[in-house]
Amino acid sequence: MNIAVLVKWVPEPQGTPTLGPDHLLVREGAVGSLDPGDEYGLERALQLVERDGGEVIAISMGPEVAVAAVQRALAMGAARGVLVTDDALRGADTLATARVLAAAIRSVDADLVVAAVESTDGYTGTLPITVAELLSLPSVTFVTSLDVVGSELRAERQTAAGAEAVESPLPALITVTTGVAEPRYPSLKGVMAAKSKPLDRPSLADLGLAGDDARSSQTVASVEAAPEKTRGRVTEAGPETAAEIADLLAEARVI
Amino acid sequence: MAGVWIWADVASDGVASSAPELLAKARTLGDDVCVVALGPGARGAAETLGEHGAVRVYASDDERLDEPTSRVAAHTLAALVVEHSPDLVLFPSSYRGRDVAGRLQAITGSTLMANAVDLPSTDRARAEILGGTAIVDVDLGGPAPRLVLLRPRSFEPSVVGGSAEVVEIDVVEPDGFVSTRVVERTDAVSTGASLEEAQVVLAGGRGLGGPDGFRMLEELAEAIGGAAIGASRAAVDAGWMPYASQIGQTGATVKPEVYLAAGISGALQHAVGMKGSRRIVAITKDPEAP
Ligand SMILES: Cc1cc2nc3c(=O)[nH]c(=O)nc-3n(C[C@H](O)[C@H](O)[C@H](O)COP(=O)(O)OP(=O)(O)OC[C@H]3O[C@@H](n4cnc5c(N)ncnc54)[C@H](O)[C@@H]3O)c2cc1C
Ligand SMILES: Nc1ncnc2c1ncn2[C@@H]1O[C@H](COP(=O)(O)O)[C@@H](O)[C@H]1O
Repeated sequence: MNIAVLVKWVPEPQGTPTLGPDHLLVREGAVGSLDPGDEYGLERALQLVERDGGEVIAISMGPEVAVAAVQRALAMGAARGVLVTDDALRGADTLATARVLAAAIRSVDADLVVAAVESTDGYTGTLPITVAELLSLPSVTFVTSLDVVGSELRAERQTAAGAEAVESPLPALITVTTGVAEPRYPSLKGVMAAKSKPLDRPSLADLGLAGDDARSSQTVASVEAAPEKTRGRVTEAGPETAAEIADLLAEARVI
Repeated sequence: MAGVWIWADVASDGVASSAPELLAKARTLGDDVCVVALGPGARGAAETLGEHGAVRVYASDDERLDEPTSRVAAHTLAALVVEHSPDLVLFPSSYRGRDVAGRLQAITGSTLMANAVDLPSTDRARAEILGGTAIVDVDLGGPAPRLVLLRPRSFEPSVVGGSAEVVEIDVVEPDGFVSTRVVERTDAVSTGASLEEAQVVLAGGRGLGGPDGFRMLEELAEAIGGAAIGASRAAVDAGWMPYASQIGQTGATVKPEVYLAAGISGALQHAVGMKGSRRIVAITKDPEAP
């Protein structure tokens, strides 16, 4: 079984990213990495192929620096990578990104596609499902636990009402939460091996896409700083603190 | 006049609170707001939707719509969209809303804006970015309809009185559709008051050190009476609390009179779910916490 895992390079996953004068996220020169949220699905995919055979293929769209994200996936154990980089994709919206990723997935042979529920920087949370529809695949979103038995996917997912256990035919696409697995740390051997693993760098044309497919349908009209919050009162914990909080509750007329 | 449509999340026990919220906004953007409600409970939701200003509800109670991939719902909605060409379709930022909107985008080639908090006009959406530190207005182009997902609690619902015409529609299954089976459903046991409606929300995070810490919050909730318990993602991921209690970007949005956070660092992704609270009390070891 081959599993394609979507891996996104994100700028400053721990800090606050900045916007350039063109209102786009500054990606060049930013200290970025593989989106930490993508490591959970990647880990579970690796566990499954280690058990059942097959390989994990890391798939990404991003600027030149995004090589680092794919390298990290390879270091964790993915067999090969596909990274689509093209100037025409700067500022790509969700539809353009989904078209590119769907075409990249089509270029590999995958029984299962795994993505995170939402990315750390974009957090639209709709992109993987658009990819699924472009590929006419069934999908299970918000997966908290995942297994593959024969040619069937078994997953548990969060829902608005609680939880669901579902069984889906393969091929399928899923999005996972941080609950599916605890990501491994790449070993030194893994990091060394990653350097010689195949990394495919197709252009838009190689994927059968035209410039129009990548055109964004959104333009930023304005960006303004959100109103500053006033800082609250800070009280050192002491014998009076509880009473102070109780007073506040009383003032709000809730007790 | 612009055709503004709303996707309503429905279930056999009623329509989600997001639909009246979105109706309140949609009425300011166009007359004759239509709602699409697909799945068991759809027709029964028409009364509530009409009271909140929907003039027409495209509905189907067909059980085939109640499947986890949202493919049938998206294709059924797409057929309606092709027939009636609305300019704008509003979705709630919910599980179902995301799945249906994401799939519809692939079918219609439309633009999609997620996490919006307002719509200054029918072709412009407003969102908070960079963790809520900046507000961005985005012009939406491309082929109609524009798809916009709105954060919960962005608008105040209001009853205008009225009744909606119910238009029964046919389900469209995509070619070669193979269903994904739900083998088990577990409803989250809600402890105490509903998070979204409570006047007081007591939320706990990693700093509570374990599930026992939440017992303290539960005792306090009982003492106050009617307070709801929430949690940060760290506490949910650790398995201390069910997912239904998660507050933040990927969870519930609350706007209580008092929000008390215990052992929560106030990460941006948590803050977006509670910053509309009137009074906020945070108990933390970190004096620099936001
Ligand atoms: C895409 C994405 C979506 C996310 N969505 C959400 C979401 O919906 N909701 C959410 O909550 N998070 C979300 N997160 C995670 C978020 O970034 C934070 O990691 C999370 O909120 C941290 O939880 P916490 O505050 O409980 O833990 P920590 O950040 O570890 O904070 C613990 C706090 O407890 C304090 N503390 C420790 N011991 C004590 C003590 N004895 N007494 C008092 N205080 C103590 C510490 O000083 C600290 O402030 C998301 C992240 C991403 C990337
Ligand atoms: N440019 C990209 N390259 C690879 N994967 C991506 C990309 N953008 C999004 N994804 C995947 O889709 C998920 C959801 O992204 P988003 O819609 O931005 O929240 C991410 O967590 C990734 O797994």
